[in-house]
Amino acid sequence: MSENAAKIRTVLKEHARLNRDADTLSDDSDLYQAGMTSHASVNVMLALEGEFDIEFPDHMLKRSVFESVGAIVSAIDELTEGR
Amino acid sequence: MTTRSAIKTSTLLAQTAAIASDVAARHAADVDSKSRFPQETFDALRQARLLSAAVPAAYGGVGAGMLELGAQCAALAQGCGSSGMVLAMHHIQVACMARHGRDSAFFERYLRENLVERQELVASITSENGTFGDTRSSVCAIAIDKDRMSLEKDATTVSYGAHADAQLVTCRRTADAAASDQVLVLFEKGSYTLAQTGTWDTLGMRGTCSPGAKFAGNGAAGQILPGSFADSSAQTMVPYSHILWSALWSGIAADAIGRAAAFVRAGARKNPGSVPPNAIRLARAHVELQAMRNNWEACAIEFDEMTASDDQAARETLGTMGWALKMNQLKMACSEVAPRLCHEALQIIGIMGYKNDSPFSVGRHYRDVLSAALMVSNERIAAKSASMLLVFKDD
Ligand SMILES: Cc1cc2nc3c(=O)[nH]c(=O)nc-3n(C[C@H](O)[C@H](O)[C@H](O)COP(=O)(O)OP(=O)(O)OC[C@H]3O[C@@H](n4cnc5c(N)ncnc54)[C@H](O)[C@@H]3O)c2cc1C
Repeated sequence: MSENAAKIRTVLKEHARLNRDADTLSDDSDLYQAGMTSHASVNVMLALEGEFDIEFPDHMLKRSVFESVGAIVSAIDELTEGR
Repeated sequence: MTTRSAIKTSTLLAQTAAIASDVAARHAADVDSKSRFPQETFDALRQARLLSAAVPAAYGGVGAGMLELGAQCAALAQGCGSSGMVLAMHHIQVACMARHGRDSAFFERYLRENLVERQELVASITSENGTFGDTRSSVCAIAIDKDRMSLEKDATTVSYGAHADAQLVTCRRTADAAASDQVLVLFEKGSYTLAQTGTWDTLGMRGTCSPGAKFAGNGAAGQILPGSFADSSAQTMVPYSHILWSALWSGIAADAIGRAAAFVRAGARKNPGSVPPNAIRLARAHVELQAMRNNWEACAIEFDEMTASDDQAARETLGTMGWALKMNQLKMACSEVAPRLCHEALQIIGIMGYKNDSPFSVGRHYRDVLSAALMVSNERIAAKSASMLLVFKDD
């Protein structure tokens, strides 16, 4: 498990209000099916922006970008590339 | 048809405007006072084959875009607000099926045979006891047994449920799915029961006939709309609802302001040479009416441009926060300005507007648009926007 994926799981545990433990989710498990509402997803975004010191541009603020741990990893990779 | 000038020559619109003035307006007071379904209006719309306006031409429908549908709902609402609302709600359900049922043999047949050939009317059951007005969560879940399914739902508000030919219902995808993991399911008349649980004796929108009801239905698994309600809600149900509702509220407000204008003109004719004092108030009201129209029309045109190709990119854009915020802002703006405009019309007209049996009466208009801010609570919508604005940058 990559370092970022572990940090993302910690954020999910705290903010996504999932109906199961984020550690039991695979990288491509659907977070919405695991109970994340759109309201909870905003808290996840805020926490990720704080944790990784990034800002998600508006075009990334859509369901598919936050639908799984794997999708979030690629979004963060894209925003931190070249750092 | 995505331009305002093209709309002016729309036959769909001309036919609807004729039904609005010849049929809907004539029965509007009776529909309102008896709280009854506007049957005459819907018989006329069915006869003119206008109930399939939102069905794509590929299935034999008119294939009207959002701007044309909005203009149609506004035109009908000028004659009868409840009729405009029923037509808008029907189009919303049809659009969900047309835009998300394309890969399904069941829905393709339904669009062609039931909606176009037979001009059937579809109601919607999103509300539910226990979800407190949040359409994006459900308590009830569909029970699937091989290729059969069944569903029970305790709904708080079902418009024209008893007058519809089918119900499009939200529910959880499976018995163990999360509250927000929903699907839409279509039930045709004969495959469900709808037991009324309350009354619909309301301030306004009385002709929508929307009491609570206990729903129980069953059918084939193919009646579940493909994909998730998360997508059909963001890409279709929310934009169609908020744009078509805003359009019809503007139609109601326009009729109220139109009555005020007729009243002012009548006064002016008696005394040419001086501008009546209430004409100033009318001039100010027109500023808000124009802004209201431009607001929904701009959103409709943007939607039509975006969906002209209807590729994946367009659907993705409809799923962004930027678009969701725009829809929320449109709904909040129009639902708040419509009652204000009816109030202005009443101040301009005075006692002749306050009387229910006067040709300048605006009581029904005022009462009808008071539902706008409640029909998906503006407080709930504002809370969602507030939360999105914590991460949205408007960049
Ligand atoms: C004319 C009309 C026709 C309708 N037709 C249908 C239909 O065909 N099918 C259907 O399923 N439903 C229909 N509905 C119901 C509609 O979809 C909503 O479910 C309903 O209007 C919301 O009811 P509510 O006020 O109890 O809900 P809520 O949204 O729960 O609101 C209750 C109260 O809580 C407040 N509130 C809610 N959230 C917040 C928040 N976050 N912050 C602060 N305050 C908040 C609201 O302001 C309100 O005072 C219709 C409604 C109307 C008015």
